[in-house]
Amino acid sequence: MEKMHGKNLILANMWVAFTFFMVAILLGVFQVLSRAGYVPGLQIPELYFGSVSTHGVIMGFVLTTFAIMGFGYFAAVNSLKMNIPHKWFGWTGFIIALTGTLMAASMLLSGQASVMYTFYPPLKAHPLFYAGAALLVVGSWFWAFHMIWMMNKWKKENPGETVPILMFGTVANAILWLFTSLGVTLEILFLLLPWSLGWIETVDVGLGRTLFSWTLHAIVYFWLIPAYLVLYAIVPKEAGGKLFCDEMARISLIMLMVISVPIGMHHLYMDPFQAAGWKLVHMVGTLLVALPTLFTGFTVLAGLEIAGRLAGGRGPFGWFFAVPWGKPVVLAGMLSLLMLTFGGFGGLVNASYSLNALVHNTQWITGHFHLIFAGTSIIMYFAFAYYMWPKVTGKELFSTKIALWQLWLWFIGMLTLTLPWHYLGMLGQPRRISSSPYPEVVREGWALQELGMFIGGVILMVSAVLFIYNLLRTHGNTISVAPAFNNVECLNPAARMPALLNGFGFWTVLIFFYLIVGYGYPVLQFFLMETHGVEPWGI
Amino acid sequence: MHIDKLEKFWIWLTTITAFAATGVLGFYALHLNIHPPSNVETIDSSRLHLSKEFNENNLGVKKNADGSVTVTLVAARYGFFPSHIKVPANTPVKLRIASPDVLHGFHVPGLNFATMVIPGYVSEVHAKFPKTGEFFLLCNEFCGLGHDHMWSKLTVTNK
Repeated sequence: MEKMHGKNLILANMWVAFTFFMVAILLGVFQVLSRAGYVPGLQIPELYFGSVSTHGVIMGFVLTTFAIMGFGYFAAVNSLKMNIPHKWFGWTGFIIALTGTLMAASMLLSGQASVMYTFYPPLKAHPLFYAGAALLVVGSWFWAFHMIWMMNKWKKENPGETVPILMFGTVANAILWLFTSLGVTLEILFLLLPWSLGWIETVDVGLGRTLFSWTLHAIVYFWLIPAYLVLYAIVPKEAGGKLFCDEMARISLIMLMVISVPIGMHHLYMDPFQAAGWKLVHMVGTLLVALPTLFTGFTVLAGLEIAGRLAGGRGPFGWFFAVPWGKPVVLAGMLSLLMLTFGGFGGLVNASYSLNALVHNTQWITGHFHLIFAGTSIIMYFAFAYYMWPKVTGKELFSTKIALWQLWLWFIGMLTLTLPWHYLGMLGQPRRISSSPYPEVVREGWALQELGMFIGGVILMVSAVLFIYNLLRTHGNTISVAPAFNNVECLNPAARMPALLNGFGFWTVLIFFYLIVGYGYPVLQFFLMETHGVEPWGI
Repeated sequence: MHIDKLEKFWIWLTTITAFAATGVLGFYALHLNIHPPSNVETIDSSRLHLSKEFNENNLGVKKNADGSVTVTLVAARYGFFPSHIKVPANTPVKLRIASPDVLHGFHVPGLNFATMVIPGYVSEVHAKFPKTGEFFLLCNEFCGLGHDHMWSKLTVTNK
């Protein structure tokens, strides 16, 4: 059996991600049960808010960060065909991130950090929670620098060659993450950690929320870019097609990287401490960042059409039926694009400066980000796992049939969960409530939607269990496969890739200046006006 | 660099759509003057009860000389004070609200009347209610273990 270089590092990251994922799934089922109110004895606010906080932190920070690190090492080793230089560097990052995760998780599970995924000052959590979150981020920086390092080393050894799209996008994501994670890290190190330790008495809640918003939007693209990379670099290849246009794929990735960081203020539309003009500026950026996503949709569908036509599909729609949907990663690609379409429409509502007032902090928002994150992104993490597990372990996937079932269930469960949530939001149901002790007239029309939410949650749990089961059984599979990986071919390969589309020097400088324009004054204003800090509060 | 004709068409189409959406929202904002609450006004939350505006005796609904109405509210664990407010329909209403403790927020199902309430800052919302009836302010930001129970009544009466 051939062994892939970096196998242990890749699998260690992946298994941390998916183990915590399974914990968070069980919490999610508890939450829909609590909210639906079917078991009144289970409606305990302490449990619910602790559970929501843990679910959010695990899904948003732990599952994603570790899965993306594993993905990155796989991408680097295979697309560049080179070994990881100084593997200990990657292991150091992994251990720091894991230590941080365990610190934060112990505080979350013991109810000492029920302050939600967005930290919510002036609610105060245990200092170990903040320190753990910061360590998780710092650990991931080792990975980010490792990715940049590997790409530069490869470019030096292969002058004039085009960096494969899989690695190009991974490095774009690493750079994006270094810029975007700075906001939350500053908030933790200079505000929340010293404040929770009692070293400073008060924090400025406006400043804290502004710093978090800096991280809060681009982090979504940090989660999403690996999904897009599977769509660009793996789905067309597996379907038997080609990447429609390498240059456009690179332009989209660069746009995501540059535009997505300084637009986070659309999370603060309803907050009184930022002026209207800045919110409007951030809205323009928010609408522009929809463009690379629309370009991605075009390129990926074109790649699938090429595959369908090469397989003998004819006519305007005939190609669709010739695409090999029986391959998990191809099926997941289509389901992911469908969820992206639904979720994208909702996102345009949230992004709208004035329309946002109707949906802000309602269950609509929860529906939206579950579609985009748990739907669009995570289904591609599953697909990637099915694709890479055999290559990394050298063992055939235990069951393709279970994998296909699992992906369909995830898709159906996600829609059953999130479409009612959108509707509940329009009816006015707030997000983040553990029960709804409101007058009957307020609750009108909620019950049926809550049933949908509950059924959706259960379907998703079944799907998650099938996923973990399939991966575990794959480790014990006796049928060997070769770990061959080939980079996707392009329909019209560029003879020579322009330097701007083959590296990040210029773009990094551009993000830096755009970030100063977008966040410079909005952060600085808190030091220019007389503000009043707030002392810590328990829940 | 090679970009296909079809793809060029798609790039133009989506770019024009994005700018058109920006134009529409920009028009609402700049011409019709529709903005989210963005007054950037600080206040010492720990001394809210001693402030001129948000002390207990000054809360509630007040008619102004020009016929408009000012509502002064405090959002605190776990209610909006005063807990029942009555405002006239089709009248400009200015709501000013502050928190003495943690984050709160509210929206009113059936109306586009909403804001966040951030300790250390005053939120100001402008509205005009087109129809009469009973409405409810629901706290929509996690504020502690009693969060679910934080709601209050808003009655819109005939002018």
